[in-house]
Amino acid sequence: MTENPLNPLKAPVAAEAARADSRPVKTPGALAGAAPGPASSVDKAVIRLEGLHKTYHLGETEVFALRGVSLEIFAGEFVAVMGSSGSGKSTLMNILGCLDKPTRGHYFLEDVEVSGYSKAQLAGLRNRKIGFVFQQFNLLSRTSALENVELPTVYAGLPVEEREKRARESLALVGLADRAEHHPSQLSGGQQQRVAIARALVNRPSIVLADEPTGNLDSRTSVEIMDIFQKLNTDHGITVVLVTHEQDIAQYAKRIMEFRDGRMRRDVAVTGRLFASEVLPTLPTLEEENKEDNVQASPNLGNRS
Amino acid sequence: MGFANTLRLALRALARNKMRSLLTMLGIIIGVGAVIATVSIGSGAEYLIQQGIQSMGTNAVFISSGSSRPGGLRMGSWAVKTLTMDDMNAVLREVPLIKEAAPMVVRRSQVVYQNANWSTTIQGTTPNYFPIRTWAANSGATFGDQEVDSAANVAVLGSTVAQYLFAGEDPVGKTIRIGTLPFQVIGVLESKGQSVMGTDQDDVIFAPYTTVQRKIAGITWIQFINASAVSPEASVAAVAQVRSLLRERHRVRPGEDEDFTVRTQSDVADLASATQRLMTMLLGSVASVSLLVGGIGIMNIMLVSVTERTREIGLRMAVGATEASVKNQFLIEAVTLSMAGGLIGIVAGVAGSAAISSLLAWPTLISAKSILAAAAFAAGVGVFFGYYPALKAAQLDPIEALRYE
Repeated sequence: MTENPLNPLKAPVAAEAARADSRPVKTPGALAGAAPGPASSVDKAVIRLEGLHKTYHLGETEVFALRGVSLEIFAGEFVAVMGSSGSGKSTLMNILGCLDKPTRGHYFLEDVEVSGYSKAQLAGLRNRKIGFVFQQFNLLSRTSALENVELPTVYAGLPVEEREKRARESLALVGLADRAEHHPSQLSGGQQQRVAIARALVNRPSIVLADEPTGNLDSRTSVEIMDIFQKLNTDHGITVVLVTHEQDIAQYAKRIMEFRDGRMRRDVAVTGRLFASEVLPTLPTLEEENKEDNVQASPNLGNRS
Repeated sequence: MGFANTLRLALRALARNKMRSLLTMLGIIIGVGAVIATVSIGSGAEYLIQQGIQSMGTNAVFISSGSSRPGGLRMGSWAVKTLTMDDMNAVLREVPLIKEAAPMVVRRSQVVYQNANWSTTIQGTTPNYFPIRTWAANSGATFGDQEVDSAANVAVLGSTVAQYLFAGEDPVGKTIRIGTLPFQVIGVLESKGQSVMGTDQDDVIFAPYTTVQRKIAGITWIQFINASAVSPEASVAAVAQVRSLLRERHRVRPGEDEDFTVRTQSDVADLASATQRLMTMLLGSVASVSLLVGGIGIMNIMLVSVTERTREIGLRMAVGATEASVKNQFLIEAVTLSMAGGLIGIVAGVAGSAAISSLLAWPTLISAKSILAAAAFAAGVGVFFGYYPALKAAQLDPIEALRYE
């Protein structure tokens, strides 16, 4: 997979930088100046938040979902966002994903202030700059993996041949080149999530946002998915922001941001980072797990069969 | 996102639910099919009427006593006594555009031959009526001027009357009784069949008008003049001339209602057509109610579809669909449903008309206009009833939609 010659994604970050990943990452403030290696491209902040506030009005009461969040995420980073429910991490993801607008503060996506964008402009940003991976996979049922992956390219207005080419490349990246014509119902949960990841990559976004991507998967498949994220991050320099509440999943990232009560409480480099490629051989395989099914009931879109 | 893309998306979404799409279209299919079938059957009827009327001669001009114009209290046609043979002769003499004319005096009477009897209309006219109607005797002959002048008791039977009274016997030379008077049958006319109005044209007895006037009806006036203009084009001008002549002769002051009516063949045809068209429109509008019902069906299914596909909509928005493209997608789905239904309906309507045509031997005319109207209406139904669901889809909040269970 990693040898895929069709790799459509941006030139892999220098291998040197990739190797540097295993080192503890410094706090973001320090990172800009002190990153190792051929750093200038790595140091570019893909995301920069300054004093971000989000307030919801639920009837009479005001809910302060985010209360002044400032952070930077750089190209090539792999960040795990943690926090209990109500911590503001979902709100943060919605804003990072341009699905929601901040009440106050600034959001720079690739150095462009986007907090004032219109709905249509935000839709364009989501299409070009952001790849989403969801807990529920959110694949269209009765639609082949290839067509599912093509979906963002349709809204990007790419010509038909280009769409299919990119979708196939994207599927190859997640190791599903041979499953292009399969429908979601014919794929295992892990494979479905890989299709969803391929879909997230197809428009070559600046950043992939994964919201509890392993929440619906058993532990071995979860590690397999983390393996894919790590390879995409390491080998192709794709920036990943992962929301999870599982500490062991967060351990696969390079950096952990912890949220509580709408504020970032902790922002640390991962110590004792796990590598899925090393963990996987130690896990029992599917057969060994006594035929335990890893195809879990996955609520696909409009699936009424 | 371009239109072609949106259309492809819509088609794919509809193809995913073939059965449902088909059932949703059914309302439109039935509506469009019914409209086209009823309109084509109606047009066929109109065509039949026109054909029938044309066959009476396109240059015919009808003059009847009394006014048949609506409004006020009128005695109806033929109730006034002012139309006379002198009027007819004046018309023949002074209106050069009128080539021929035959008077008509009509009475209904019981007719008896031996132990058979029959009630029919006795029409009194002149010999030239028969060539005007291109109606010839099948056996025997029609009467001549001499019988008219002498008010002779001679009768020419329509084939239906001959059938009922004589049952196969040759009527020519036999004596029948009309009311109390004996008449000699001098001829039997060839069969004309049903008129366009559905009456039996052969259920009639012709006699000299003088005989009918004096001996049967006891009147001095005539009820009707069958005239013919020199050409079809001249008939309209002829009507105007006849009207001004008769106004003058009857001393009708300007602004006063006429005590007669002059119509051309095409007036009669128009009247008949208008009646038929009204009927067709009535049937068509009843049928188009089902189009409306079909539209409501589409709206219903589209609303269900939007709810059902909330997460899909959320996902599409997350990967870059704008509100406009979501709205267009659902709108095009609705229009595609209604248009596809419309197309199938057109085929069904045309096939239905053809079936009726061949089964009932009834001509059906499928007009391009009705097909276009049905297609346009179907598309309009799609847009109208698809707009609200599409708007609802477009206004979904992607965050909520993605979370929707």
